[in-house]
Amino acid sequence: MSALESSILSADAYVQDLLRAAEAQTSVSKVNRRTFLKVTGLVGGGLVLAFYVGDRNVALATAKGKEFAPNAFLRISPEGTITLYSKAPEIGQGIKTAFPMIIAEELDADWAHVKVEQAAINPTVYGRQSAGGSRSIPMSWDQLRRAGATGRAMLVSAAAKQWNVSEAELTTENSTVFHKASNRKASYASLATAAAAVPVPDEKTLKLKTRGEYKLLGKRIGGVDNHAIVTGKPLFGIDQVVPGMQYATFVKCPAVGGKVVEANLDEIRKLPGVTQAFVLNGTGKPTEVMPGVAILARSTWAALSARQKLQVKWDESTASKDSWTAYVEQAQKLAVQSGPDSIRNNGDVDKVFAEAKPVEAFYSYPFIAHAPLEPQNTTAAFKDGAIEIWSPTQTPEAGLKLVADVLGIPPEKVTLHQTRVGGGFGRRLMNDYMCEAAAIAKQAGVPVKLQWTREDDMHHDFYRVGGFHSFKGGLDKAGKLIAWQDHFITFTQDGQRPTSGGDMSADEFPAQLIPNARLTQTKLPLQIPTGPWRAPRSCSIAFATQSFLHECSVAAKRDHLEFLLEIMGEPRWLQQGNEFALNTGRAAAVIKLAAEKAGWGQQLPKGRGLGLAFHFSHAGHFAEVADVSVDDNRKITIHRIVVAGDVGPIVNMSGAENQTEGAVTDGFSAALAQQIDFENGRIKQNNFDSYQILRIPNAPKVESYFIESDFTPTGIGEPALPPVAPAIANAIFAATGHRVRSMPFTKEGYSV
Amino acid sequence: MRLNINGKDLEVKDADDATPLLWVLRDHLGLVGTKYGCGVAQCGACTVHLNGAPVRSCSIPASAVVGQKITTIEGLAGKDGKLSAVQAAWIEHDVAQCGYCQAGQIMSATALLKSNPKPTDADIDAAMAGNICRCGTYTRIRKAIHAAAKVNGDLVSQN
Repeated sequence: MSALESSILSADAYVQDLLRAAEAQTSVSKVNRRTFLKVTGLVGGGLVLAFYVGDRNVALATAKGKEFAPNAFLRISPEGTITLYSKAPEIGQGIKTAFPMIIAEELDADWAHVKVEQAAINPTVYGRQSAGGSRSIPMSWDQLRRAGATGRAMLVSAAAKQWNVSEAELTTENSTVFHKASNRKASYASLATAAAAVPVPDEKTLKLKTRGEYKLLGKRIGGVDNHAIVTGKPLFGIDQVVPGMQYATFVKCPAVGGKVVEANLDEIRKLPGVTQAFVLNGTGKPTEVMPGVAILARSTWAALSARQKLQVKWDESTASKDSWTAYVEQAQKLAVQSGPDSIRNNGDVDKVFAEAKPVEAFYSYPFIAHAPLEPQNTTAAFKDGAIEIWSPTQTPEAGLKLVADVLGIPPEKVTLHQTRVGGGFGRRLMNDYMCEAAAIAKQAGVPVKLQWTREDDMHHDFYRVGGFHSFKGGLDKAGKLIAWQDHFITFTQDGQRPTSGGDMSADEFPAQLIPNARLTQTKLPLQIPTGPWRAPRSCSIAFATQSFLHECSVAAKRDHLEFLLEIMGEPRWLQQGNEFALNTGRAAAVIKLAAEKAGWGQQLPKGRGLGLAFHFSHAGHFAEVADVSVDDNRKITIHRIVVAGDVGPIVNMSGAENQTEGAVTDGFSAALAQQIDFENGRIKQNNFDSYQILRIPNAPKVESYFIESDFTPTGIGEPALPPVAPAIANAIFAATGHRVRSMPFTKEGYSV
Repeated sequence: MRLNINGKDLEVKDADDATPLLWVLRDHLGLVGTKYGCGVAQCGACTVHLNGAPVRSCSIPASAVVGQKITTIEGLAGKDGKLSAVQAAWIEHDVAQCGYCQAGQIMSATALLKSNPKPTDADIDAAMAGNICRCGTYTRIRKAIHAAAKVNGDLVSQN
């Protein structure tokens, strides 16, 4: 059994134990249901806190089976171990370090001796368990702070009783309670048992720290799994091993929607190491199980080798015939007119355009793949109507329910172990590979590790959808942007709604700040699956809008910084009462900071320029300035990218800087060279030779600056990405006078 | 076949001669620190040392390395668990995001410092260009390599 496996199993056992104890206890006593549940009677004893989702006043004292939704735990054992459980999947965004840091800050725990464990996947216990949309931090901030503060208050209360002094005389630091007046101190460990007997305090009595009092938050703290990572420990989905498991590969039609007519299974079964080969008809949904052929073998290599000999006859009558080149031609023709769907219409754009010639431009961007470095995989064991799964997923809670549906078993018969995830980027919001492994394991009757190849991953993604924007901008005599029109050409799977990741909001920047704005939409039919890709919508739309805004400022013969600040206008929230909405004051502040740090306005030599772009997404305000040189052969050199962001207080400065550097690198990587081409429903790119990920020689230098405002902190995995591509494109224009209106930039002759 | 891995001779059963070293390490020997990323020597996640030089284990048959010294990420730390300078620098600089590529990065960096104790940025670019980090931790990888070079250099000057 792997170390991870045993730690997950012990966490599971612990949670079950905790649940039983909680239920036994709450059936006979009244607990403060609005805040925290103290659980006693556990093996090992000590202070254990479970806490609840938001202000849902759940009925705890009811029988088993009723809703019971505490969502995380902290545990202080009499032996001195402080264990904090992180309920969200770790996909590289650093949440497994950030979550416990927040608890530890308010608990005044000694971080050096805190133990962090991945919480078990149990939506009944934890509520929402997922990683996506940069939502983990804002949704959990108050809960986690209160969890720590509650624990601290109970420890202080226990010490006060023990020493017969008032709580107000006590202070805490490094997992210790101090009574300075009498020079006494007691470790949290020594107080754990007594603290467990203290009533859970009313959350209204909790005093949360102000930012100036933070000792841990805002510091640079290394990832809690770093040691395991650098020593090659089995953390990831792909590393899981269960006794007796066989290795599976699953072959689907290269054009989505194709069905298996026949395959040379008899021949395959005779190949060395092969144990089974069979057809799965699947559910016909790309998010679940598509038709295909499963080959099981005694090793991954035996399965992959047998696959080379596999011949499948596909029925492609209902398969995708999608063609990217055909879409491009269609979109170019449609660009001259408005779209049939009205997304927004305020003021009178036609009147403005009639009075002065509008600025016009057509922008496009391609489909791209997620390509997380850990290829999709899942290990599954089906026995006696129940299934146990080990999977690298961003949405374990949803995956668990989906597997139950696909197998036709109740959700309580599905046990899902969350592993560390080798990259998410939105790909693993889908659990298709998990469903496939489950279906194969059920059919095979043996434990199975399903391993996708890199080519499988490239060919069967839920791609970031491509799109097209036909813009018109109207300027008044003073060069102020007073009209904005965008005909957005996107795609639809069902003929009704835009495809996943391919919708545009009525409030898409800058429409809601312009007195006359019209957004329309055309949806082209599409069968290839699409889905959220890091900073969905923003990752593509921002390139078009923020580049075209620069075109408008150039047409107005105005400085882009001043032009952008004028659009922001007076500082205000664009949605009253929603602190996760765009605030024009926060926007202006990051724009000014990025410009200042980048030396905006300086004279640069010929062939070198600065480009500025702003974008608001996932509650984060980000402005970026790219400093770029372009030579006569369109070879570009990024001297640096200056990032200014406001996501409220920074939880972990090391994590925040790492995410910012990563997002900028990712955004540049995608803008420069990434494209998924498809003809006749088939993806042309196969592997990293034809789908280029930026490498170290071309990694841009990134400077990050954060305005640590006092608003609720928000996520930082995504919002630094969208401004990168337009900042670079605007810098290329500043350096050369050439406007880049499509991604990837390599298609326009640029290279690094 | 018998393979010498991390200083130990290990017997590999049931692997045909064409099986890449990567899958022998992972499936047959349980050394899963070496990662599969592309299978075509494009991403470097599977990097191990063959007689001290970095190689892509996904593209070398295990049978071709019988009798040679193979080192994997599991073999970098000392027997007492003491981390190598590169591993320690990776922790110190909090390099990893998802962490999946980092074993391969560390193996490439370790081999670089062995042959070139004080690499320039250009040396690092040349030696590390075969290792993709999908999360984009390149800036920190560069810093960590320079830091490890300094630690190694200090050790040499002390001796």
